Formats: sequence, C-alpha cells, structure tokens
Amino acid sequence: MSLVLTLASRNLFHDRLRFVATMVGIVFSVVLVMIQMGLFLGFGRMVTTMIDHASADFWILPKGAKCFEDPSLLDVKLRDRVATMEGVSWAVPLVIGFSDWRLESGEVTPVFIVSADLRDGSLQPFNVVDGNVQALTQGANVAVDRSYFDRLGVSSVGSTAEIRGRKVRVVAITDGIRSFATTPYVFVDLKNARNYTGTPRDRASSVLVRLKDDADREKVLSAIRAEAGDAEVLTSDDFRSRSRSFWLFGTGAGAALFAGALLGVIVGTVIVAQTLYSSTKDHLSEFATLRAMGSSNAYIYGVIIYQALINAVVGFAIAAGIGFIVVQMTAKSALPIVITPWLMAALFALTVVMCVASGIGAIIRVVRIDPATVFMR
Amino acid sequence: MNDYVVEAKSVEKTLGRGAGEVQALRGVDLALRRGELTLLMGPSGSGKTTLLLVLGCMLTPSSGSVTVCGTPTAGADKEALARIRREHVGFVFQSYHLFPTLTAAQNVQLALDIRGEHGRRAAEKSREALAMVGLEPKANSLPGGLSGGEQQRVAIARALVANPSVVLADEPTGALDGKNGQTIMRILADTAHERERAVLVVTHDPRVVPYADRIVEIEDGLIVQERPGETDRPRMPKTVPFRM
Repeated sequence: MSLVLTLASRNLFHDRLRFVATMVGIVFSVVLVMIQMGLFLGFGRMVTTMIDHASADFWILPKGAKCFEDPSLLDVKLRDRVATMEGVSWAVPLVIGFSDWRLESGEVTPVFIVSADLRDGSLQPFNVVDGNVQALTQGANVAVDRSYFDRLGVSSVGSTAEIRGRKVRVVAITDGIRSFATTPYVFVDLKNARNYTGTPRDRASSVLVRLKDDADREKVLSAIRAEAGDAEVLTSDDFRSRSRSFWLFGTGAGAALFAGALLGVIVGTVIVAQTLYSSTKDHLSEFATLRAMGSSNAYIYGVIIYQALINAVVGFAIAAGIGFIVVQMTAKSALPIVITPWLMAALFALTVVMCVASGIGAIIRVVRIDPATVFMR
Repeated sequence: MNDYVVEAKSVEKTLGRGAGEVQALRGVDLALRRGELTLLMGPSGSGKTTLLLVLGCMLTPSSGSVTVCGTPTAGADKEALARIRREHVGFVFQSYHLFPTLTAAQNVQLALDIRGEHGRRAAEKSREALAMVGLEPKANSLPGGLSGGEQQRVAIARALVANPSVVLADEPTGALDGKNGQTIMRILADTAHERERAVLVVTHDPRVVPYADRIVEIEDGLIVQERPGETDRPRMPKTVPFRM
C-alpha cells in the first residue's frame, strides 16, 4: 500500500488539537445541514400526512386550493355527478376546518376537524391504538391522537370535552397523527364535521374519488375534469406535490431550511479549508522535500486529498452518530427530523466534496513550493 | 558513450531580477562520473549550492547545458525536472529533512513510494537500505528518537534506496560531530566506489577531503581549481557490509 495515506493521516493526527478543531467544524457543519434537510423532509412528509393516508385516486378541490388545510369550499352536488360516472368506484365529500375544543377544565384550544369516512374508507383515523373507530358514526364521538392528550385534556377512551358547545366523547385513540401547525387533528363523522366547522350542507372542502380497478385512469380523469367546471381535479401525487410546494416554498419555510443548510455548508467549508491550509503550511518543508526528491505534483496532491478524505470520513461518521440520536429524540415530536438513506448518501457526498474543495487552497499553496528551499534550511 | 552521469557545459545562472540580480554561475564546466566521489568546495556565496541545484535539476541554467544520464534539462518544465530527479538523482541534505511522523523505515520507503514502488518488496528494500547504513535495528524509530548522525544515515539510505545514478549531498557533515561526520563520509565514499555511483559532496569542511577522489573549488561562480583527491589513500573500513 502506498504511503500517501500514512503520510496524510500522520500529518492530520500529529497535531491533535487542530484535528479536533477540524472535526468540530465538520461535525457542526454536517449536523446542521443534516438537521435542516431532515426538518425539510420531515416537514414535507408531515404536510401531506392526510393525503398520504387517504385512499383516493383523485381529489376534487375548489379552484386554487393550495393544500389539504385550505378553507375554500366547493359545491357538494358535484360529488353526486362524479359518483355515477363510468369507472368511478366511489366519490366522498370531505369536510375540514378549524374549531374550538373546550376542556373539562373550561380552557379552550383550537382543533382541526377532519371528517372521517368509515363507509368507503376514503379517509379515516389511522394508527389506531385504542378504542373503536366505527363508533365515530354514532352520536358526537371523536378520535384524537394521544400525543395531544395534555393539550386536549384527554386521558383515555371515554374522556369528554366540548366542540363549539356540543359535548363530545373520545372513542378512539391514534398514535403519531401530528399536525405540523401543532393544532390537533380531531376525526369526527361528516355530519358532525359540518356542525363543528360551520360548513353548509351543500358545501364540502373537497371530494375524494376512488376508481374501479379496471378503470381507464386518464379517461376518467378527463371526464371528471370536464364535469368539474370551476373545481380542480388533481391526482393524489399532484395534490401532494402542490401541498408540499405551498408549505415549503409558498410560506418561505423551505427557503429558511435551505438557507440554514447552505450556511452549514459554507461554515464547514471555511473551517476545513482554513485548517487544511494551515496544516499544509506547517508541513511545507516536508512537501518541498518530497518535491526535491522528485515526487510528482499528483503525489503531493494525493496527500492533501487524502487528508481531506480522512477529515470527511471521520467527521461524517461522528455527525451521522449525532444525527441518529437526533432522529430518535425527535421521532415523537411535533416536527420529527427525517433522515433517509438517500439523504445520508447525499450528505456523505456533500461532506466529501466540501472537504476536497477545501483542499484547493492548500493545493494552490503547495504548487508554489520551490523544492530548492530544502537546501536553504 | 562516456562514464559521465552528469555533465554541465558552460553553465551560467542568474538569480534575482533588477537591482537584486546576481550572476551565481559564470560558465561552469563540470562532469560527474560513476565510481567517483567529488568534493565541491568554496567559500560562502561562491555558487556551490546554486551549482548543486542546477546539477540536481532543481534549477535550469540561464545558459549552457546540463545533461543527466543523457537527458538534457534545457526546456524541461517543473514536472519534467522532477521526473529526472526521481529517476536518476538521490539527495542528502544538511538538515536531513526526514519526515518526523514517519519511522526510519517509512522515511526510506518514501523514496520508493514516489516512484510507484509499494508493498512488501518496497518495505524489504527499505530495510536493506537501512541495514546498509547500519540502522536496521532502528527501522521503527521516529526521527526524533535518533541522533543527528543516525538521522543523516537514514537520509542517505533514503537517497540510495532507489538506486540513483548520482547522489548529491549538501553539507552532509555540517550538523555532525567529527566521528559521525566520518561515518557519513565513509558511507558516501563506499557508495561511489562499491556501488559505482557518481557522488558529489558540497562542503566547506576540510575534514572530508581524505574521502575525495576529486576536489573542485569554486569561487564567484567560476571553477577555479580542479585536482585529484587522495586516490592512493587506503580504503576506509566499512561500517557495515553493502548488500544492495
């Protein structure tokens, strides 16, 4: 094996304090980028949670509706016309909206009502850990997520509260249905959803459409669009993409996350570049000796590049460990940080590029070395 | 074909620019041949080191020509000069210039590494070179754990391990006491005589004169005297047997 790696590692580890400083810089940078991008992914997933868990092929939405939580309404008669179209299995109106939840203590907190469809299963509570979802069809029953127990003053199935002055009873508990806006989702049946959100009987937030297995998807989509008039018809993928785009870029949240990530890259690059340059400067006489001995420039670049790669690998390994802990710690939080294998691979590539790019300054310095200087010392 | 490994003809070298311009060499002719240890002597500022740099392909002459193992250095760029050094020249520096974080064996192996020789064979060659200078037991020592004389012997092993045609040594005894200086000169003389290398030693140390086959004196960038060394001297006892 070539001594390039040995020389590079000895150069790095020889000055432990500087190596630690370099690691701190890289780890800080990579963890910052990792968290920002993890938040981005987590946010992106969270804003489409309901769309992801609906079993609809198409969403009929009021024109210009930007996301699942959009308060616009459409004419519910459209649902009847679509439901009878060829290739359509079912079409179900969905009503959503904000309402007030009064705890038994008298405290009031905002909630986000979602109408559950238990008959066709277009959208209903998921990840149910306790109680009976079917009971939502009876009386003023609700399903809530256990992560909001404190906020809603709920402790178990059977707990009671009031929504808009009407008494409700918790009949089902879910786990992990969290709202990125921190307003708890409350599942109720369609009729109650209208009452709690003040939505008129002839209106709905959207209509979810499911196709028959043998339906011609494109043909039915065109037919529904022709029938929809002012309303928009989107596939689930399109609606997911539109929601994500609105929350991440329409609100500036995504830009802020990207700006944080960019800052991390810049900070990391500057720190690594600075430490690599100073390390190279400290070893200039050794590089000059190599050059005097007849070493090619490529050999010397190899030493510097290996130094950068060692920085990248060690720094990334530490950062990945920290990232793993952060993921575990935020898994149950309002905004979990999501780190996918692809994100990890991209971050590793970014770390390598960042560290190698940081070596350019050192390489430029080394190129200017005059090997004759070894005879002057 | 002659025995000359390095030939300098009418070499002139100007250093610096404008008011700081210095004519360091003024038409030097010098040839180094195999099996001969040449001493290059002269006062400070006489052009010794500049001539060494030109012969060692660190600098190209302003005029005249230098040929190393048949390869002219005229017009060669930095990489081409480095290749000539890599293929034909071994250097020994006054300040050793060992890598402080590498062991003695690794320091020697580095000379092979830059030539693309890696692995077990390179490690063996490095150990053999260290044995040649009597330092195999210190193969795993870092330079900081070696005396000045031992460090210089490691540097010589590094210069010789790749079998260069010419060894250029700049004040190799300058930082050593008399005993260590003699050991180093014995090794360099044996390198010239027994391994048939051309060895040029730049020095102002008169104690090394007995090891010379030829003595060249330089002043103000001109070779002012060239005379034979003590060629009839008895061969110095070797410190260790040569095995390479």
